Amino acid sequence: MRLTCPLCGARDRREFTWVGAAALRARPAPGGDFVAWAHERENPAGPLDELWLHSAGCGALLCGTRDTVTHAAAPLTLAGGER
Amino acid sequence: MSGIDPSRPLRFRFDGREVQGFAGDTVASALLRAGRRLVARSFKYHRPRGVVSTGSDEPSALVTVGQGAAQTPNQRATMVEITEGLEVFSQNAWPSLALDVQAVNDLVAPLLGAGFYYKTFMWPRRAWFRLYEPVIRRAAGLGALSGQADRGRDEKAFAFCDLLVIGAGPAGLMAALAAARAGADVILADEAAAMGGRLLYEAEEVGGVPAADWVAGVLAELAGWPNVRLMPRCTVTGVYDHGTYAAIERLAPAPGRPRECFWRIVAQRAVLATGASERLIAFPGNDRPGVMLAGAARGYLNRYGVLAGKRVVVFANNDDAQRSARDLAAAGAAVLVVDPRAQAVALGDYPLRAGAEVVATRGRAALRAVAVRDAAGHVEWLAADCLAVSGGWNPVLQLACHLGAKPVWNEAVGGFVMAPDAVSGMALAGAVTGAFSTRAALAEGIAAGAAAARALNLAPVAPDLPAADAEAGAMRLHWQVAAKGRAFVDLANDVTVKDLVLAAAEGMGAPEHAKRYTTQGMAPDQGRLSNPTALAVLADATARALAEGGTTTARPPFVPVSISAMGAGGLGAGFAPLRKSPAHAAALDRGAVMIEAGPWLRASHFLRPGEDGWATSCAREVGHVRSAVGVADVSTLSRFDIQGPDAAEFLHRVCTNTINTLKPGHVRYTLLLREDGMVMEDGPLVHLAPDRYWLFTSSGSEALVRRHLELAAQGQWPDLRLRIFEASENWAQFAIAGPRARDLLTATLDALPDLPFMGAAPVNWGAAQGWLLRISYSGELGYELALPARFGDAAFRALTDAAEALGGGAYGLEAMNVLRIEKGFLTHAEIDGRVTASDLGLGRMLRAGGGHIGADLAARPALTAPGRAQLVALRPTAPGTIAAGGHLFAQGAALAPENDLGHVTSACHSPTLGHALALALLRDGRARMGETLRLWDGLRGTDQLVEVIAPAQYDPEGGRARG
Repeated sequence: MRLTCPLCGARDRREFTWVGAAALRARPAPGGDFVAWAHERENPAGPLDELWLHSAGCGALLCGTRDTVTHAAAPLTLAGGER
Repeated sequence: MSGIDPSRPLRFRFDGREVQGFAGDTVASALLRAGRRLVARSFKYHRPRGVVSTGSDEPSALVTVGQGAAQTPNQRATMVEITEGLEVFSQNAWPSLALDVQAVNDLVAPLLGAGFYYKTFMWPRRAWFRLYEPVIRRAAGLGALSGQADRGRDEKAFAFCDLLVIGAGPAGLMAALAAARAGADVILADEAAAMGGRLLYEAEEVGGVPAADWVAGVLAELAGWPNVRLMPRCTVTGVYDHGTYAAIERLAPAPGRPRECFWRIVAQRAVLATGASERLIAFPGNDRPGVMLAGAARGYLNRYGVLAGKRVVVFANNDDAQRSARDLAAAGAAVLVVDPRAQAVALGDYPLRAGAEVVATRGRAALRAVAVRDAAGHVEWLAADCLAVSGGWNPVLQLACHLGAKPVWNEAVGGFVMAPDAVSGMALAGAVTGAFSTRAALAEGIAAGAAAARALNLAPVAPDLPAADAEAGAMRLHWQVAAKGRAFVDLANDVTVKDLVLAAAEGMGAPEHAKRYTTQGMAPDQGRLSNPTALAVLADATARALAEGGTTTARPPFVPVSISAMGAGGLGAGFAPLRKSPAHAAALDRGAVMIEAGPWLRASHFLRPGEDGWATSCAREVGHVRSAVGVADVSTLSRFDIQGPDAAEFLHRVCTNTINTLKPGHVRYTLLLREDGMVMEDGPLVHLAPDRYWLFTSSGSEALVRRHLELAAQGQWPDLRLRIFEASENWAQFAIAGPRARDLLTATLDALPDLPFMGAAPVNWGAAQGWLLRISYSGELGYELALPARFGDAAFRALTDAAEALGGGAYGLEAMNVLRIEKGFLTHAEIDGRVTASDLGLGRMLRAGGGHIGADLAARPALTAPGRAQLVALRPTAPGTIAAGGHLFAQGAALAPENDLGHVTSACHSPTLGHALALALLRDGRARMGETLRLWDGLRGTDQLVEVIAPAQYDPEGGRARG
């Protein structure tokens, strides 16, 4: 499996660390519904928005959609946007 | 052009007997030339078997190669190249290949049909594992492993290309040539030792010259292209996501060279040109030595100069097999063609019986006679020493199935094929598509290579289509012969037509069910020769069209891959990276005994002359720290260098206590929580300079903490301006602890800054610029000195010298553990992922107002309610020791899980206090101070009484560290 880092190009999956669902980015404000955010997550057979850390590469946290059935993976984007 | 070099004879041994062959021979071709028919015993019935094919689809001729540690079982004799002195052995036969006592299985074969074991050996249940299964496994077998470690004889490698062409037959050669001329980076992989595929086995012309000469010309051009890599002896074994391929290369045999190389190849595009594999017809006695595929019979003649028999019967349902009749007759064999098609005619100068079938064979160790039944039902026995069979050709499209695409039955092709766009990035060309003529294969190869070039944005420079045979050979499907006797479908696993019919009759007629019920297709060849035939037999047995039933699923690997190749380099020290401190060598020079601590090697203790083991050294080292000064290497701690104008705000959100008031030059002990409120890590946070911090977490925790921090920094709060740098390996760090720590540093450092407790300042040690932190994990006056890693070795030596001059010395992990247990400090024995800050007695470190990671879920009622396990210390009520792992119960309570009050997390003998001391997580522990509990350890068989005491037993007020 290969993932395309916006900074480094297409790389082997082993360069990346899976971080979790992209929903993890949208942290509730203090006092918000943390239980739902932390624990109640869809596990779809199909497109899944997820986060990857290019841990053995540039170190960027990346975001993209991967189909959990076909593994079709769109090129990743910077999870925090350009900064 | 022949595939062998008659001027280079080679001798090898088969079952100890010398066999003469030539350079270029395989074990199979050399044995056939030497007249050896019987080369193997079958898997289940131990029936005599010979060579069937010329390639990796060989189902019968499995041999063991090599001896001792190098012994490699289950090698296909058709794929093993001979070398001088090679030792080859038959397998699954005892005492010898010719006299195999387990061939008795064959006599009772009517009792041993599909499902026999499951039905017969059901009772008593326990006997299955102890008796039946071991016996059955020994009887029905393949080759044996040597039992010796086979070390370091394989390797692995990576390759990248624009286009991977799989198979170097006419289609693959043309695809590679078209793409190479267009400028693409091409890898051409073929599993045979010589490239050319089927063309090497045919007496035909391509481009007006003998096919083998044409192949040599194309290969010469390809070899001249700098953008082409030719990989013979390299079988692509798996197709994975996004253009990743696995391949196993059998390296050309040479002394000292690795045996196999496991490749991972990444390709933008691929052309699958794996050709087709001939299939047998299921008729009684179709497995005797001397029965082989028709294409193999002429292949051994044309490529290796081996005539497989003097009296050859060709039994085939197609015209292509008459090429075998033509070539074998031209070489002097007496040939008869038996063709079940009523209208069949001989295409050459040999007799042909139309509308006839082979219905039986005779001959034990080698074929002697063939029974031919004509259209009227009359059976005649004919002498024959070779029966060349062809039931048509199966496209070899297993690799196209690995990503989930399903092949479909194509009546016109007479085989299963794959839709052209079924696999993303992979084009199919040649016989694998059902294009069986040489001309069609060449044309498809050119088209596929040109299309790949266009897809790579290169201008294709397609080669001209050379003149070639356009005849594919008409065929009429003929899967099986209706006659009495055992007709084998899967030779590799001894599965007959009768077994498949039985499977269908017992409700196991679906392809995947029948496979599991009969084991058809589960042998090392994965049913390459037999799958379509088995599906056709099942379709007949279930009155279902072949197109309806589908196929079984082809998964990687395409051919067996030795685990030693896949895991090459992963033995022993290669299994996982080993991390060593910069002061590793210096510690060894001081007598350090190293132990593995996660990925790190750390000094357990420093053995001095006269000390008899770790306990003695440890007690001495604890004494050094408590009474003089000790030096410990703490370089293994995970260190994050966090910089940026918003670093303080970021850390304030990540850490549980108040961080945004921490001034530069100060250290604060802090906690990181997971989002669910549990403690993830604890450690010191150092404010080095404006906008710069060091966060320390436990040794080996970098990956986990980094993911946690980067999700927060880049994912959750991308507006905060900061960067996180994992700097563990960049620094060496040493703890200097004990009442004389200041004396030691005064003597060592150029100038000792006047640091308050929890202060930090830059320092110089000679040319090294580092940092001095006044922190203590021992409870004594303590410092930690951080220096660039390259100074670690010298610094440890200097610090240890200075400590010894002051009556102290180096201390290791064991002493460090005792010192921190005496103080009630934590490790991951306590922070086990299930504890809250409050459980650890650190509830005061959760700042009022929350707002940090984990604050909200840490406040869940169940995490704050009474009844949770809390950190306490224990000491035995009577002299004795305590080991970690025991469970606590109220005195008099039954030893039952519901009465379990907690467990011991860490334990030691405290030389300072003079008794055993443990830390434990105890239900409502803080309310139980002074209670006496029962400590029971079922694993170690201990049972004792312990008193609950406060965690910090040594210097509870902390005056020594602050002093």
